[in-house]
Amino acid sequence: MSEAIAQDDDVRERAWAAAAAVLDPEVPVLTIADLGVLRGVEVAADGAVEVAITPTYSGCPAMDMIALEVELALEKAGIPGRVRTVLSPAWTTDWMTEEGRRKLEDYGIAPPAPKASRRALFGIEAVACPRCGSADTEELAAFGSTACKALWRCRACREPFDEFKCL
Amino acid sequence: MTTIAVADAPVVQYALRLADNALVLGHRLSEWCGHGPMLEEDIALANIALDLIGQARALYAYAGAAEGEGRDEDQLAYLRDAGGYRNVLLVEQPNGDFAVTIARQFLYAAYQAPFWRALSGSRDGTLAAIAAKAEKEAAYHLRHAAEWLIRLGDGTAESHERTQAALDDLWMYTGELFEADAIERGLAERGVAVDPAAVRPEWDETVDRVLAEATLARPPDGWMQTGGRTGRHSEHLGYILAELQFLQRAYPGAKW
Repeated sequence: MSEAIAQDDDVRERAWAAAAAVLDPEVPVLTIADLGVLRGVEVAADGAVEVAITPTYSGCPAMDMIALEVELALEKAGIPGRVRTVLSPAWTTDWMTEEGRRKLEDYGIAPPAPKASRRALFGIEAVACPRCGSADTEELAAFGSTACKALWRCRACREPFDEFKCL
Repeated sequence: MTTIAVADAPVVQYALRLADNALVLGHRLSEWCGHGPMLEEDIALANIALDLIGQARALYAYAGAAEGEGRDEDQLAYLRDAGGYRNVLLVEQPNGDFAVTIARQFLYAAYQAPFWRALSGSRDGTLAAIAAKAEKEAAYHLRHAAEWLIRLGDGTAESHERTQAALDDLWMYTGELFEADAIERGLAERGVAVDPAAVRPEWDETVDRVLAEATLARPPDGWMQTGGRTGRHSEHLGYILAELQFLQRAYPGAKW
């Protein structure tokens, strides 16, 4: 019995490591663990590993790709498994890890405002330029190149940049 | 031609109504793709369409699971004819010019934002989770539509006139948003659904505030069109479905 549990723990750990290394196809510096999209790994009654992921924006087209990549990563690691989508609790940008926020900023995308606040949703937000750090920025378009991004411009260094929108 | 009839169970019907609203409006907005008045707006409308179609997918998947007949989101979207669709009439109205699209988008988003917020407190965990995400998406949609409505209403004589005409034309479809039937009342009593009347004060407040800033007049409440939720639709829905369902109708069961 305890041997079976230890075995489960081991396969869970390996499955988590494999899934956690999958990159977001739209922001390829973030792993799905950084994003908070990877929710958990369980061993189902039939012995298969079940990786739970949660969608970001309702219509994010990257979700199907992410599910496929996770299945592929399990396959490569030699772990028989499948992907399950969970909706609750709903993902918000607060699920993103600190490391994820740092990676985003290094990549040139302003990270989302913390605490998924209603103030940010209604546009009362200050976004610092990810290139020069200036707070003198303006929003150009609330809807950007992907569902999760808005387009901004820095008035100090004049560079346009993406912001990962608060959700 | 296969046409499916969906079970009468209240929660199935409720999820189906919400899904149909989202899918039909999402499809309408997707018609703007490549035709927006400027690149940013083209992208914005496509993004909003994507949010709505995503909401529809989650709601159809839930309706299918709750029904228990093994139907998935594709079957529910592609294998019902217009009479089986349960969306409100407002969302199927044609895009018209940009003013019509923005007026329709504003009237609907002003309803959706408080509606999803209320539904995120549902006792049904799946509906609550879908609503919790949709609420924030709807906040962006409302902000977008309100900003445009103000710009158009308080813009040139031409944009003002067109936007006022759009509001006047669409107003008769707003009454249906606040109707509740036995299904909704029953589910609302159990804490599963939202009584749409509870959303009305916030909708009124948003509409009055934004219209005032846009220098537009609130049309008087006259005759209100209704029937979408019992399958009595305007002629427009048939054309939407002809395009939306063509592939599955011509090649049943085709997979991507």
